[in-house]
Amino acid sequence: MTRWLGWLAALGLVAGLVMGFGYAPKDAVQGNVQRIMYVHVPSILTAYLAFALVLIASVGFLFTRRTEWDRLAHSAGEIGVVFTGLTLVSGSIWGKPTWGTWWTWDARLTSTAILFLIYVGYLLLRGMVEDWERSARYAAVVGILGAVNVPIVHFSVLWWRTLHQPATILSPERAPISPPIALALLVNWIAFSLLFAYFLSKRLSLRRLEEEAYA
Amino acid sequence: MMFARRAWIVLWKDLLTERRSKESLNALFFFALLLLFLFEFALGPDRERLAAALPGLLWLGFILAGILGLGRTFLVERENDCWEGLVLTPGDKGAIYLGKLAVNFLLMAAVEIVLLALFGIFYNVDLWGSVVPLSLVIFLGTVGLASVGTLFGAMTSQVRARELLFPLLLLPVQVPVLLGTVKATEAVLQGLALAEVGHWLKLLAAADLVYLVVGLLTFEFVLEA
Repeated sequence: MTRWLGWLAALGLVAGLVMGFGYAPKDAVQGNVQRIMYVHVPSILTAYLAFALVLIASVGFLFTRRTEWDRLAHSAGEIGVVFTGLTLVSGSIWGKPTWGTWWTWDARLTSTAILFLIYVGYLLLRGMVEDWERSARYAAVVGILGAVNVPIVHFSVLWWRTLHQPATILSPERAPISPPIALALLVNWIAFSLLFAYFLSKRLSLRRLEEEAYA
Repeated sequence: MMFARRAWIVLWKDLLTERRSKESLNALFFFALLLLFLFEFALGPDRERLAAALPGLLWLGFILAGILGLGRTFLVERENDCWEGLVLTPGDKGAIYLGKLAVNFLLMAAVEIVLLALFGIFYNVDLWGSVVPLSLVIFLGTVGLASVGTLFGAMTSQVRARELLFPLLLLPVQVPVLLGTVKATEAVLQGLALAEVGHWLKLLAAADLVYLVVGLLTFEFVLEA
């Protein structure tokens, strides 16, 4: 199952590259640089998916106290941090040619960085609490608080002066997006979701092995 | 026993302990004074520059004091072997959270009032003119700070590297509160009406509410030994 997911993800990523570079048209203003969006946007959407899973699994763990939920929260949390990091890095590379700077304290960038920090703290907590059961409990609480904090952090964006182009997919009023670009984005999004599922499945089995090793 | 009464007992017990030992408050007042000098040394004696940076410095000061002070209320329980007593208390554990939150809020409020007065005197800023709107902003910000700080403080008091972990958990979560309070404080100090910062106040209130609800609901899982 894991292996199949891996191949599917690889196939999806290739298709995503083809769509992003071959099918989608060059941006009229930004040129080819804009194509980094096909990595940037799916990364953050995958990270959101991962953190949503952390929330669900954390609630699940506190209600049932079953290790499976903790395993899921832990694994999704780690992968979410990776994809948030990828979003920040790809955004930085995109920002340099278009905004003329690697980093700016624009609210969206800041809030994504904060999201990153919250979940790095979450992973640090897991590493710093020796007892497994206690670590799972505390992590679940932080996982829940971290997730419900996301909209608060996100909404602070709307009231802050921002350099970032307005959100297209997660905004209340949808900005126009041309159909080929949307399609390329969709393919890449699916590919990233498959990649996420592959990572998750790998990490879950790794975590199971860790538990056996430490038990 | 009623929920509110149990929360009140926790609050009263901690206030009494604090009044007799003066362990946290004295140290925090002194820390606030130190911070004021540090900020002054770091930014230079230029009054205008200090006054312009005031909202940020103020909240930085509150948060730094919070890092030192907020974790303590549960550390005391652990050191005096009272943790089991808290766990064994019958009824909803949310009451203990609320009591501890109230203690932390009062503690922070005391430090904040002192820090504000010191800032006003040393940096020569007229804070008295906007005291009512400023109090509202500080109230909302402090509830947010204390509600997360109380929850995480209970958690990290059981962890070996607690001094390290507590700020690592608290600071990122507090960012929206910091953004909102600094912006609102800035506007209020410029003499703008509260309506101008209504959206920030709403955000702060929403954040407070969310943190409070999460704290009340999850506290029992933190309290388990």
